[in-house]
Amino acid sequence: MFDIVGKRPYFLAVSAVLIVASAIALGVLGLHPGIDFGSGSLLTLKFEQPVAPAEVEGVLSDLGYVATAEKSEENILIRTSQLAAAEKTALKRDLQEAFGALEEEGFENVDPVIARETARIAGIAVGISAVGILAYLTWAFRRMPRPLHYGTCALIALVHDIIIVLGVFSILGGILDWETNLMFITGVLAVIGYSVNNTVVVFDRIRENLQRGISPHFEAVINSSLLDTLSRSLNTSLTTLVVLVALVLFVGASIQNFAVVLLIGVIAGTYSSLFVAPQLLAVWESGRWSGLLRRPVLPAR
Amino acid sequence: MPRRNTWILLTIVVVFALALWVLFPIDGERFGRKGIQFGLDLEGGVRLVYQADLSGVEPGSEEQVIDGVVSVIANRINPLGVTEPHIEKRGADQIVVELPRLSVTDVQKERIGRTALLEFREWVEVPVGGEEAEVTLEEAPEETGEPAEEEQGPGVEDQEPSENEGEQEPVQNQQKEAADGDGDEPETIGMWVPATGTIDGEEKVLNSSYFKRNTYVTRGDLGEMLLVFEWTEEGAELSEQITSRLVGEPLAIFEGEGPEAEPLLGDDGRPIAPIVRSVIRERGQIEGLSLNEATELSKQLNAGRLPVPLTNIGEVTVTPKLGEDFVQLSVRAGIIGIVLVMLFMIAYYRIPGLMASLALAFYGVLVLALFKLIPVTLTLAGIGGFVLSIGMAVDANVLIFERMKEEFLMGRTLGAAIEAGFSRAWTAIRDSNITTIIVCIILIWVGSAIAFGGSVQGFGLTLLIGVTVSMFTAIFVTRTLLRLFVGTALAKRGRLFTMYSGKKDV
Repeated sequence: MFDIVGKRPYFLAVSAVLIVASAIALGVLGLHPGIDFGSGSLLTLKFEQPVAPAEVEGVLSDLGYVATAEKSEENILIRTSQLAAAEKTALKRDLQEAFGALEEEGFENVDPVIARETARIAGIAVGISAVGILAYLTWAFRRMPRPLHYGTCALIALVHDIIIVLGVFSILGGILDWETNLMFITGVLAVIGYSVNNTVVVFDRIRENLQRGISPHFEAVINSSLLDTLSRSLNTSLTTLVVLVALVLFVGASIQNFAVVLLIGVIAGTYSSLFVAPQLLAVWESGRWSGLLRRPVLPAR
Repeated sequence: MPRRNTWILLTIVVVFALALWVLFPIDGERFGRKGIQFGLDLEGGVRLVYQADLSGVEPGSEEQVIDGVVSVIANRINPLGVTEPHIEKRGADQIVVELPRLSVTDVQKERIGRTALLEFREWVEVPVGGEEAEVTLEEAPEETGEPAEEEQGPGVEDQEPSENEGEQEPVQNQQKEAADGDGDEPETIGMWVPATGTIDGEEKVLNSSYFKRNTYVTRGDLGEMLLVFEWTEEGAELSEQITSRLVGEPLAIFEGEGPEAEPLLGDDGRPIAPIVRSVIRERGQIEGLSLNEATELSKQLNAGRLPVPLTNIGEVTVTPKLGEDFVQLSVRAGIIGIVLVMLFMIAYYRIPGLMASLALAFYGVLVLALFKLIPVTLTLAGIGGFVLSIGMAVDANVLIFERMKEEFLMGRTLGAAIEAGFSRAWTAIRDSNITTIIVCIILIWVGSAIAFGGSVQGFGLTLLIGVTVSMFTAIFVTRTLLRLFVGTALAKRGRLFTMYSGKKDV
């Protein structure tokens, strides 16, 4: 029998390293709030003549605008502080003089009032999701001796996934200039659902195996539950990853934040549902926290 | 049991056919049937959020005033020709305006959010000769014996004389129908001009800022609708001058000032223009309105009584072209995703995988049909949710098939393994999906609570529907299909069911 539980310290060490690295990335690079959270305007323009974003930026800064420009497929995205309708018209006129005919493909304008409200509600949503899931899992495992342990371990795994998602995203944001927007938050909330979904399947198997009394040794029960659910966890993650990669490749920039957050989340979530949540549960149930660092020895079958 | 299974299979086929029928056409409109409803981000349009400054409003009447502002904005949007405009309050002091499938110019956008002011206007006939329009318009006030109107009317109208004339034309025709005798001089053109009076030698337009208190709607002795209003001191003076001049003549109510002003329209789509019956001083009433007209008009007049400045605090504009690209790209991503998932399932799980793929096709059609029936407005994130749900929909099948494999290895027959696999996997399917459903409900709430949360809400909704339907298709449909194999020659070949060891003969 393959021994997953026995390699616990290594798995947890990998998680610890990832979490610390993510925390450092978050601390150093941070997340760049897009206009949904940071307010401002985002103008999507399509130029008839091909134009480089740097040229647009140059012209705009010469004219006294504080703006950044980037290419998104065939369009140029221009970010500025909030633009009133008249200011936007003036900006478009100025660019038209510099680069020739252009067309407005889209425009977003978010006031700090809305941005603050959005950020606040997004925070509340993440909080409520966490509490709701803890409550549900505690209820779902109410027949177990310590149901709160199951909920808490699932929640820790969830926090683990979210920190890694945020960390990786902040690195991507640093390299590729990605910003956090509503699509990002949607992705984060979806990761919450997905991560717990995986953990529940493993816990469900642990519950069943405990009830069937396959072994008096808790560590052994966990190990065989992990092995039982391993191929399911990998296969489901694989099918989910396949559709997410299809979204990233074929839909592109407009949905990339959402799909990439989920991609990272699915990988982190699969890892934590196998190697973090059940391991913590085993240690907690044994009541010896030194078990986090020590390799448990499974009884020979 | 087999006979019952046949009936269930027949039901599934019928449901599948019905879903296909509902689904057609997916996009656009064919044979009088509409496609799936797409959100602003996919079909283009504008979403504007306004913050109303209610500091000038008496405490307690804020809600009423906001309702009035909403009603005034609705009136402003009418001439833009949007098929399904959506205007609503958001919280205590915000207003959201949604104009799907419409390109709105910056000027039009600014007009939507200007401060409400309602102006009373009178009808004047001016001769149309060979002269230019400008001259005619300038002559208009003299014709009615009000020289001071030169500053009002032509001063603004000079900017766009031709457009203005065009706008007035239909009004003229209507007026001719309504008031007989007016139209026998073909050489004149009629137009609404602001009704003014003189106070301390100054020319002033009678408008909604002269209402002393909010207007209200009541019923008269005969049960007819009455809209009761009361003027301030200055308003009463203006009203007296104007109504004494216009007894027997109509007095229309316009929203806005100058050539951009739009008449308030009644239920029949014509300007509301009550005839002045007698001279009105401090108080008056408007009769002959329907209940709907009276309540809307009263709200609108009240909104214009005290200034409620609107600030645009948020906007999303998407051109229809950009949205079209999104739909095409995500449809492609969805199809490629579903095909890859099917290939994987068939390669890994063989016959059960094939059955799961059929169930997945059924799932896709059923979910899209539900989107249309409910209906769900599909946003970009919503499509993302649907595509994601394809990947997750097979989860239940994966759980079941892994379970079946175990049961088979423990020495059960194929039939028994199928039944045990389904029943044993159920708790895991249920518990894991409930956590996803909890998150979906939170996403739907988040989407409704934030100003631009339509996409988040769309995602929550599509994933919720997806998870719920997938529990049905992955369990019910796949099991029914798999049962078909029990007792057939194929069932003896365990490998086709990914059951590699255990008893060979079932």
